[in-house]
Amino acid sequence: MAKKRVVTTTINGEQTEFLCQPRQTLLEALRDVLNLTGTKEGCSNGNCGACTILMDGRPVDSCLVLAVESEGAELETIEGVAPAEGLDPIQTAFLENAALQCGICTPGFIMAAKALLESNPHPTEQEIRFYLAGNLCRCTGYDKIIRAVQDAAKSREEVTV
Amino acid sequence: MHDFEYEAPTTVADAVQLLANHNGSARILAGGTDLIDQIRLGRFAPEVVVDVKKIADLQALEISADGLKLGAATPCYRIYGDEAVCRDYSALADATKIIGGAQIQSRASVGGNLCNSGPAADSTPALIALSARAVIAGPGGTREVPVEEFCTGPGKNVLQPGELLTALVMPARPAHSGSHYLRFIPRNEMDIAVVGAGASVVLDAAGETFVSARIALGAVAATPLYAKEASELLAGKPVGDEAIEAAMAASRKIAVPIDDMRGTVEFRKHVTGVLTRRALEKAIARARENAGS
Repeated sequence: MAKKRVVTTTINGEQTEFLCQPRQTLLEALRDVLNLTGTKEGCSNGNCGACTILMDGRPVDSCLVLAVESEGAELETIEGVAPAEGLDPIQTAFLENAALQCGICTPGFIMAAKALLESNPHPTEQEIRFYLAGNLCRCTGYDKIIRAVQDAAKSREEVTV
Repeated sequence: MHDFEYEAPTTVADAVQLLANHNGSARILAGGTDLIDQIRLGRFAPEVVVDVKKIADLQALEISADGLKLGAATPCYRIYGDEAVCRDYSALADATKIIGGAQIQSRASVGGNLCNSGPAADSTPALIALSARAVIAGPGGTREVPVEEFCTGPGKNVLQPGELLTALVMPARPAHSGSHYLRFIPRNEMDIAVVGAGASVVLDAAGETFVSARIALGAVAATPLYAKEASELLAGKPVGDEAIEAAMAASRKIAVPIDDMRGTVEFRKHVTGVLTRRALEKAIARARENAGS
């Protein structure tokens, strides 16, 4: 068995050290080592996006990243999205639009939506649909999710104005 | 997942040394979007995974008078996010924009796409159309291979044990040139090409005659193809339906696709012609906009 490695990262703003084997994915390290179970496992092969987190500001499928690769990286998971009080506008918009049913895909959608709105604060409906193409939802039929992201874009604008 | 050691060298020399020490039982990790899944499925059981992303040269994206130098591990989002690549090497921007979704584009590289050597790889026909050469480092030094000669079969290529693809280099783009890559898939995104086609053209100053052209095809043979006859017959011809239809016929002639759930042989051959036309038409439109700087 390969020796365990010490990995130092920043997760949701806090410097974090953890031990992992080279063969462990970042998804496994988050869930099984760090107990950050908000990030979900869906397909574990990069199709469904349920395990989406932000790595140095970019959305990645954490099932397709080795935990050791995150050495020195800034990670953001669903646990870091809500402010100390209340919810992020994206989370509020998902609730208000009933943009989830079973909820397994939701953390991944919220992280991908956050990456989208940070790089493109005023996306068109088509841009939203293309950007979220790497996230699958088997319950909602997507329309409510798209409307939630449109609403989130509007409320983020109100906050920043 | 199968147990392995992880190494992250910071120089090409160290990476080559590591590969040599493990005599064929090492696998190279760039974006990991193919490799990690392949290890999980048991297709590969490496003793060591060599992460090459910490080698600065493999993350290059440099445009100079000599052309474009693209590090083999440079991720898709940086390629289509570069204004000069979008303007001058449009086919490459087109291809990297449609590989997977945002999550995959954050990590997946064109070098990885080439080394995985899938017949339907989206970025390979774009590279071939843009006359790219693969720069390979190995124990004996460095060598270059034209991209159309890199793949030798599904999942197979010219890399020898101990060798590493370090960069893809493409010549500078002349005035009045344009390029495009597109694919046919039955949905809008996140799918494997049923057929893919890349084209690059250089026109005369009036934009009415082909000076030269390069057409490349994906998913219609065991490897991505350079459509030599279709490309060469365009040189010197007036831009128009007659020349384009001749190129379409020559492209269809070299397509030897498989029958599978994505499409029949007959359908794929037909689409090969259609995409040859569409790739050429868009490349021509771009060439006419590009009077040179």
